[in-house]
Amino acid sequence: MRRNQKGKIAEITGGKALHERLMVMGIYVGREVTLLNHSMFRGPVAIKAGRSIVALGFGMANKIIVDAE
Amino acid sequence: MIKKIFLIGNPNVGKSVVFSRLTGVNVISSNYPGTTVGITKGYLKLREDKVEIIDLPGSYSLEPGSQAEEVAVALPRDFPRDQMVIINIIDATNLERNLYLTLQLIEEGYPLVVCLNMCDDMKHRGIAIDTAKLEALLGTPVVETCALTGQGIKLLIERILEAGPGQPQRRSSQERWLKIGEIVSHTQRLTHRHHTLREMLEDVSMKPFAGVLIASAVLYFSFKFVRFIAEGLIASVFDPFFFNIYQPVVSKISGLLGGEGFLHHILIGELLNGRIDFKQSLGLLTTAPYIEFDMVLPYIISFYFVLSILEDVGYLPRLAILLDNFLHRIGLHGFTIIPVLLGFGCNVPGILSTRILESRRERFIASTLISIGVPCVALQAMIVGLLGQFSGFYIGGVYLVLFSVWLILGVILNKTLKGFSPELLLEIPPYRLPQLAVFMKKLFLRIKGFLIEALPVVLLGVSIVNILVFFKLFNFVSGIFAPLIQGLFGLPKETVIALLIGFIRKDVAAGMLLPLGLTAKQMFIAAVLLSISFPCVATFVIMLKELGIKDFLKSLTIMIITGLTVGGVLNLAILR
Repeated sequence: MRRNQKGKIAEITGGKALHERLMVMGIYVGREVTLLNHSMFRGPVAIKAGRSIVALGFGMANKIIVDAE
Repeated sequence: MIKKIFLIGNPNVGKSVVFSRLTGVNVISSNYPGTTVGITKGYLKLREDKVEIIDLPGSYSLEPGSQAEEVAVALPRDFPRDQMVIINIIDATNLERNLYLTLQLIEEGYPLVVCLNMCDDMKHRGIAIDTAKLEALLGTPVVETCALTGQGIKLLIERILEAGPGQPQRRSSQERWLKIGEIVSHTQRLTHRHHTLREMLEDVSMKPFAGVLIASAVLYFSFKFVRFIAEGLIASVFDPFFFNIYQPVVSKISGLLGGEGFLHHILIGELLNGRIDFKQSLGLLTTAPYIEFDMVLPYIISFYFVLSILEDVGYLPRLAILLDNFLHRIGLHGFTIIPVLLGFGCNVPGILSTRILESRRERFIASTLISIGVPCVALQAMIVGLLGQFSGFYIGGVYLVLFSVWLILGVILNKTLKGFSPELLLEIPPYRLPQLAVFMKKLFLRIKGFLIEALPVVLLGVSIVNILVFFKLFNFVSGIFAPLIQGLFGLPKETVIALLIGFIRKDVAAGMLLPLGLTAKQMFIAAVLLSISFPCVATFVIMLKELGIKDFLKSLTIMIITGLTVGGVLNLAILR
């Protein structure tokens, strides 16, 4: 995904615990999100889901698969 | 009858501000998730009854993720339903995400009032919410408030009594989000708005390159500003007070006491050339207040002034993103920067706020590193005072050494401790303009806290030292440690006393180095040792409480080994 690109979350790979933690913050399969920023060197990724901005570790972000528009 | 009211809501929605409004009890609130890590209690008069109100740490759901969140969930669960009400505080600018917890609370059948907070901000952002409709859809009272200004709080209090227990029901999380989508589409209207300047700033401070530039500038100016304010206060307020007004008074007392004897020794201390020297006399009425008020207090004021601005604006979580990568190398994630910054004020709140971290391992690393490599502002002020007489170069040197120790130790801990460091998952709040009244209250609260906690301990420390010196008991102690101190660190044996007093309070300990006439190198080593060796007793107690005895001993061993190593190495490495 590129910066400022929108997309729908297609799948979240990874365990149930991760699902739960993301779910309560409003990140779940079918949700529309916008990618705001990558950082250098596999750093955290900021995404916008609804009105909240959430920063995720790189590994976590890698587990979220998005159908880009 | 209602006995308890719990304040529950997502992190950073303003629970603590609502709490302050309801109870009149002042608590610290900031613009980042996780300001409140413990519970605070207060009282509200509801009709004729006094009801206890409990401010809980923020939580995204009823399934807790960190230790702080666990408290928030467990407390109301174990209380009889018919004697409690939950006020669920919601950030109106982020209705959708906040409703997840609300639905969970409703499903559990809790008696609930929903408090739609930050209504003023909502209008700026082009959001309109139909409160009446929301109330109908949720089946609970909904009150619009703006806790920062106090608007709507009265209505909120009135409607607390309308809350009643609901029918428990079950929903899966998918169903919950579907329901939320439905509710939001019926109640919330968005007007499209162009990007405001604020939003642009929010974006740019997270970008990798521009973000680092901004962070460097912010940190640089914060540092400059802290020194600027503190030195200004010293030069224009505290110094004149001490030398023009206070000195004649204590001189008079000294004269009345006859210039010598036990009481004179305790209260006034030694006279130098027949005069009181605030830095060297070491008396309860001379050096003790001088250290606390003329050397330390100005820095406390300026440090918390700057920190509070950064907190309230909402910059710190952005700093967390930028530093995430770097902090991962020492087994922590970016959010740890908040406990670390708080630790620079005082290690105690710093270590307490490690509760926002998820794992025990992280908390152990963070607490150990804070107590070793993060000198509190009281000690820093003294280091500036002590080493400033030689050159600013030495002050920078202390920070450099501490930072290197911090880094090396962090890498070692990360490599040797079992487990891995969890990844960052952090909500980034919008920038907000600090509200003057709230800001001043917080600053006042922190300064008051410092005075209440520090002053008695300082007086106690100085008394102990004076009694020991008067009865010449120190020679005995310093004799025991002399080989270590002289041989390994190259310090005169009298420094032992200062280092030991460091256990009581670091600033007093540093003050005791003043009369010893140390060389620059010795002063430098002593200052570094004071920061890394042993935590002061307040930090000691809090670490024991937070980490448990086993991990605490582990952490303590690490501190002692680090202290010995660094002191020895510095002694060998520095030539003059």
